[in-house]
Amino acid sequence: MACVLGGADGDLNYEETELCLGLPGGGKSEVETTTPKAPGKRGFAETVDLKLNLQGKDAVMDLNDNIKNASKDKNHLPAATVKDPAKPPAKAQVVGWPPVRCYRKNIMAQKNTSEVGEKASGNSAAFVKVCMDGAPYLRKVDLKMYKSYQELSDALAKMFSSFTMGNYGAQGMIDFMNGSKLMDLLNSSEYVPTYEDKDGDWMLVGDVPWEMFVESCKRLRIMKGSEAIGLAPRAMEKCKSRT
Amino acid sequence: MLRMASSFPEEVLEHVFSFIYDDKDRNAISMVCKSWYEIERWCRRRIFVGNCYAVSPPMVIRRFPEVRSVELKGKPHFADFNLVPEGWGGYVYPWIAAMATAYPWLEEIRLKRMVVTDEALELIAKSFKNFKVLVLSSCEGFSTDGLAAIAANCRNLKELDLRESEVDDLSGHWLSHFPDSYTSLVSLNISCLGSEVSFSALERLVGRCPNLRTLRLNRAVPLDRLANILCRAPQLVELGTGTYSAELQPDVFSSLAGAFSGCKELRSLSGFWDAVPGYLPAIYPICPSLTSLNLSYATIQSTDLTKLVSQCQSLQRLWVLDYIEDIGLEALAAFCKDLRELRVFPSEPFAQEPNVSLTEQGLVSVSEGCPKLHSVLYFCRQMTNDALATIARNRPNMTRFRLCIIEPRAPDYITLQPLDDGFGAIVEHCKDLQRLSMAGLLTDRVFEHIGNHAKKLEMLSVAFAGDSDLGLHHVLSGCENLRKLEIRDCPFGDKALLVNAAKLETMRSLWMSSCSVSFGACKLLGQKIPRLNVEVMDERGPPGSRPESCPVEKLYIYRTVAGPRFDMPGFVWTMDEDSALRLS
Repeated sequence: MACVLGGADGDLNYEETELCLGLPGGGKSEVETTTPKAPGKRGFAETVDLKLNLQGKDAVMDLNDNIKNASKDKNHLPAATVKDPAKPPAKAQVVGWPPVRCYRKNIMAQKNTSEVGEKASGNSAAFVKVCMDGAPYLRKVDLKMYKSYQELSDALAKMFSSFTMGNYGAQGMIDFMNGSKLMDLLNSSEYVPTYEDKDGDWMLVGDVPWEMFVESCKRLRIMKGSEAIGLAPRAMEKCKSRT
Repeated sequence: MLRMASSFPEEVLEHVFSFIYDDKDRNAISMVCKSWYEIERWCRRRIFVGNCYAVSPPMVIRRFPEVRSVELKGKPHFADFNLVPEGWGGYVYPWIAAMATAYPWLEEIRLKRMVVTDEALELIAKSFKNFKVLVLSSCEGFSTDGLAAIAANCRNLKELDLRESEVDDLSGHWLSHFPDSYTSLVSLNISCLGSEVSFSALERLVGRCPNLRTLRLNRAVPLDRLANILCRAPQLVELGTGTYSAELQPDVFSSLAGAFSGCKELRSLSGFWDAVPGYLPAIYPICPSLTSLNLSYATIQSTDLTKLVSQCQSLQRLWVLDYIEDIGLEALAAFCKDLRELRVFPSEPFAQEPNVSLTEQGLVSVSEGCPKLHSVLYFCRQMTNDALATIARNRPNMTRFRLCIIEPRAPDYITLQPLDDGFGAIVEHCKDLQRLSMAGLLTDRVFEHIGNHAKKLEMLSVAFAGDSDLGLHHVLSGCENLRKLEIRDCPFGDKALLVNAAKLETMRSLWMSSCSVSFGACKLLGQKIPRLNVEVMDERGPPGSRPESCPVEKLYIYRTVAGPRFDMPGFVWTMDEDSALRLS
């Protein structure tokens, strides 16, 4: 059994190796200088688009953005960089980029959100575990990285690509005032974010002001709306107690 | 020749070997002949395992029965950036359990990116009577309860260093578990801990340990307590302050300044959280003798930073935020002629627009002014090929060059060209380059340069670069000394990997995520090369449930003599012969 693994002369002489992948259309011996577009393989650019498309086309991290920013005076910009003025302010972020360690991110986030004279509190970050029903990966997010429910929603959408959160009202909270809207959401098959608070109770995300949420959230769980229906009574009570 | 070797008494050889510390030298010695192998293995005291899954604890113990010091590394480097999901692995407990019986005289454990539990720490505390050094670098999984066990039981502890670990901080009470009779502390680094330790316990501890030379406090230690601590340890060589912010009060300032002046041996400073400029002059008297300064948590602006570094004529290492700006780096270049290492971190990595005036020019200045500069980590928002070429020509002695341009695929901002030639200049001129991280818009050409020139390169990090498999092929076929390769979001697929499969056994590890390597190729690699573990991570479920040509999300390949591991979570699949059959 000949096992010529890798050409010793450094040539990408594909045919001579025993390792054949049997690419669709028969294996070619020379390496194409363009990425082979075999069916079933996602081209790289498509992969990126897939991940970021959740925000809508305008929010796709303009990979040409840098060119646009850098060459403010130049006219020959790629056509794809038309920016929609209604684009959300937060730039779409790629996971793990820039390569800044969580440890460092905490410090900066604390600095940006802290007020003058605030005592350096115990934990400078608010890392909570996030799990989503059906997803094998557990994730951690630092709640202090975000300033609103909308930002958190965007970040979670990126992490869990099949996840879309319900609509948030003007104040960034699920419309708890409107009981029937809430019930609609919980009856749908959309995912609903829930969290465990300091008392160990599971609540629907969005029922308290953002800062209070960050302080009290211990863990996040994204479950299907229909499963979260058990949390509805509590949410309903909160509606009533506020009116 | 053989007769001569066997007539040489073992004790003499052992004595000679005892002067050899370097692992590579020790490995070379053990290959000379069987008797040297035997003698050497009995007297090797220190082992370093760069990938904890490359070998198993019983194998290590079987070969080296008298080890005193162990260093292990676990997760791949990209775990630092959240690319390795929770639960991947890197558990130290099996190692501790095995060593508890095999190495009762173990003195030192150093771990990096491993999962350490309280059980593991408790086992360490009770198993090794002469335990001296515990370094947990970027580890996680343990709480302050585990630290309490170490403090309470390790009578001969000299070093406890928790650098950048994620600790479940239940309370600061653990520090009080060091008994009053304990006086052997030499080095303590608790900078990553959040909660307050008892200040009086800390002061008493510091005061009764005359050999203390390194003390890195955590943020919760307020500035007005620092002077007291320093006065009890004037022999300190390395200090990490707590929060460096307080209301400006003359008495606090003068006692702080006095305390610093009293520390004649102080050479390294860090900490400086929330630093206010008003208290910086307290350290001016010791600046001229500082060799290492870590201001990467100090949110002070360029004027104050410039004034500070201009006084540090002996500085060899500087870590700082980009608040230093080009102007501060020019001062650094002018005054700090002994500088060897520079790291500039981004203050606002996620901001769209630059918040400071830090450009490629700052790095060029330092490369011109500092002849000993050989290690660079630089975050910026723009770069040119010219700047890179200038840096390369200025500093052919560069050994570590890590550049990060915040925007992926940013071209040369003046010419709009890829940065291929700039990085090409780096690898061409810097013949001893060991580590390289690239950034910006890069085509296959840069990989061609790397393959042709970077002959001493050991570690390469690549993101959002390249056009085709040819790029990866250049690196794998050209870089003779490559040990670690980590790639994300590049259009590299199967061909280069399969053709260079043999190369993978000469490397420690390869990481590829968001690339185009198919499941079929992974299976093939796993089957054909038994001494590689080919691990596929995929959130979408078993890779066998999708077509073979479907690319995998994440791929981690490493050489091993221990076979596939058995502690993988549900989203990791290993591509060995058996599993390949199971999955198909």
